[in-house]
Amino acid sequence: MIKFLLERDTWQEVWDSLSKNKLRSMLTMVGVWWGILLLIGLLGSAKGLENSFNRLFGSFATNSVFVWGQSTSKPFKGFQEGRRVKLTLTDAKLVEENVEGIEFVVPRNQNQSLVVRDFLSGTYSVNGDFPLLDKVQKKKMMFGRFINQSDIEENRKVAVISEDIYKQLFEKDEEMIGQYIKINGMNFTIIGMFENGNVNMGPTSDIHIPFTTFQQIYNQGNQIGWMMLTGKPDADISQIEADAKLILRNLNNIHPEDKRAFGSFNLGKEFAKITGFLIGMQFLTWFVGIATLIAGVFAIGNILLITVKERTKEIGVRRALGATPFEIKRQIVVEAVFITLLAGVFGIITGGWILIGIDSAFGQGDEAVIVNASVSIAVVFIALIILVVLGTLIGLIPAFKATSIKPIDALREE
Amino acid sequence: MLNIKKLHKSYPIGDSSLHVLKGIDLSVDNGEMVAIMGSSGSGKSTLLNIIGMLDEADDGEYILDGVPIKNLTEKKAAIYRNKFLGFIFQSFNLINYKNALDNVALPLYYQGIKRQERQEKALFHLEKVGLKPWAEHLPNELSGGQKQRVAIARALAANPKLLLADEPTGALDTKTSYEIMDFIQSLNDEGKTILIVTHEEDIAHMCKRIVRLTDGVILEDEKVEQVRASQYV
Repeated sequence: MIKFLLERDTWQEVWDSLSKNKLRSMLTMVGVWWGILLLIGLLGSAKGLENSFNRLFGSFATNSVFVWGQSTSKPFKGFQEGRRVKLTLTDAKLVEENVEGIEFVVPRNQNQSLVVRDFLSGTYSVNGDFPLLDKVQKKKMMFGRFINQSDIEENRKVAVISEDIYKQLFEKDEEMIGQYIKINGMNFTIIGMFENGNVNMGPTSDIHIPFTTFQQIYNQGNQIGWMMLTGKPDADISQIEADAKLILRNLNNIHPEDKRAFGSFNLGKEFAKITGFLIGMQFLTWFVGIATLIAGVFAIGNILLITVKERTKEIGVRRALGATPFEIKRQIVVEAVFITLLAGVFGIITGGWILIGIDSAFGQGDEAVIVNASVSIAVVFIALIILVVLGTLIGLIPAFKATSIKPIDALREE
Repeated sequence: MLNIKKLHKSYPIGDSSLHVLKGIDLSVDNGEMVAIMGSSGSGKSTLLNIIGMLDEADDGEYILDGVPIKNLTEKKAAIYRNKFLGFIFQSFNLINYKNALDNVALPLYYQGIKRQERQEKALFHLEKVGLKPWAEHLPNELSGGQKQRVAIARALAANPKLLLADEPTGALDTKTSYEIMDFIQSLNDEGKTILIVTHEEDIAHMCKRIVRLTDGVILEDEKVEQVRASQYV
């Protein structure tokens, strides 16, 4: 069979019979071409959407929840309602120790402060952070480094700034590592600069200083602004949120049914919605694409059936000349597979063009909705394999039809 | 070469059946040129189809070149047809999207002969029928006589033991008919065994033996003085 497929004669026969009616062969191919085009176009676009979401959330541990203190809405254990809830480092530590499935707990603090450098100044949010933040919210460092453990232990007055702030406080191409900026009237040495994220999740984070330094200069004591809880990859983030809140209620003497005492934003849940949407879209794409493909392949089968009917006499002649039924069947199946594959390859190529078009129309720049719309080689291969299988199956119908007619009857037909 | 004994064949028509061949006995030797004659419905085409293994007899014996032809699978029949028989049809039955050369080469393709050799052989046979310059032409660019000659070249290509012609001149004018018959006679002179089904007396008399069929039985089987077609050409 392999030898047969490698022979020039085989393809000469296929080419002869397909090219004798070019228009019909083309029309036959339209169905499959369109199916593959849809499949590639839609899958590529879906992938592009997914890529753009991934770019938005890329540097972020998405299996996370933010928790912060608000005001109580119910009196409890002698405390009146309306009491301000302040979370502390101890709370964070206990949550980390007691909630199952937690990977990191990142306590954070934030304040708006006047930042001055020489004659330039601005009000930015200043964050007190642990080195751990870099793990859950990856900073793309352009220069220098992020806060490390020594900075924390020694309460160093160092700052990591964003590209934006650099642009506002520094001249273009000016060296910034080792330079000083004044935060809250105190000099901080710049140790690093990071690239702006595409999206600022949660509160903006423009300047990062060591958590302990933050405690000192703003006189925060043990209090934290909020904590970010990151679950292990397979952990249920909603459960983590509920468990953490339960512990925090106990620690802070809050009524079990007080829903307003803590604010939270469950990024994991939001992200799951988007992921679910993307998965749904991909499923839909496959469904539509494959269904169209099947319809296209059936059209090919149908046309081949008509062709076989028209070629009854030719088939009779071939059989009179010594073609075995197997040779006839093989020929027709090869024709079916060939025409299916040819249409498929055209579809893949034109689908690729469409993706290139989509990319140049919607895929440029930072705000692009569709990023790198593409399909993987694996998908192309799967599509081709499906085509070969379907082409073979559908080719069998006219093939058996062709040999079910006796050569004598085929010849008699005028 | 060919031995047929008590051959029967009937076709079902609705509930009843039509008995077409009612016990045919026929034997043809090597190098014979036999005309099978009869009016339409006499069973001559059916007989030729059975000899050509395109159809199978209900009953009786058929031995071709020492090989009993019985209960053939489609595959075996195809191989035998390819090896033993060359067909010439009334309507030529050339494949219209293949040029003359490829048409002639088709039986060789099914013999599994390599392309190069096939082309050479096909060209040789085309030259033999005098159509070498037309090798690249499609059938619809050829005249009726030329088409039939391509068909003859095709029938000869596989070097068959027996040439079967079903009304080979039926679609041709008289002059062309004689040209074709002249060529067929020359093949017979070279030793080919040839069976021709015809209803034209003049064509039949260009053979060496005439078998007359009426209502499914052989009425007459006589050797005749061969009329050379070349005198009319």
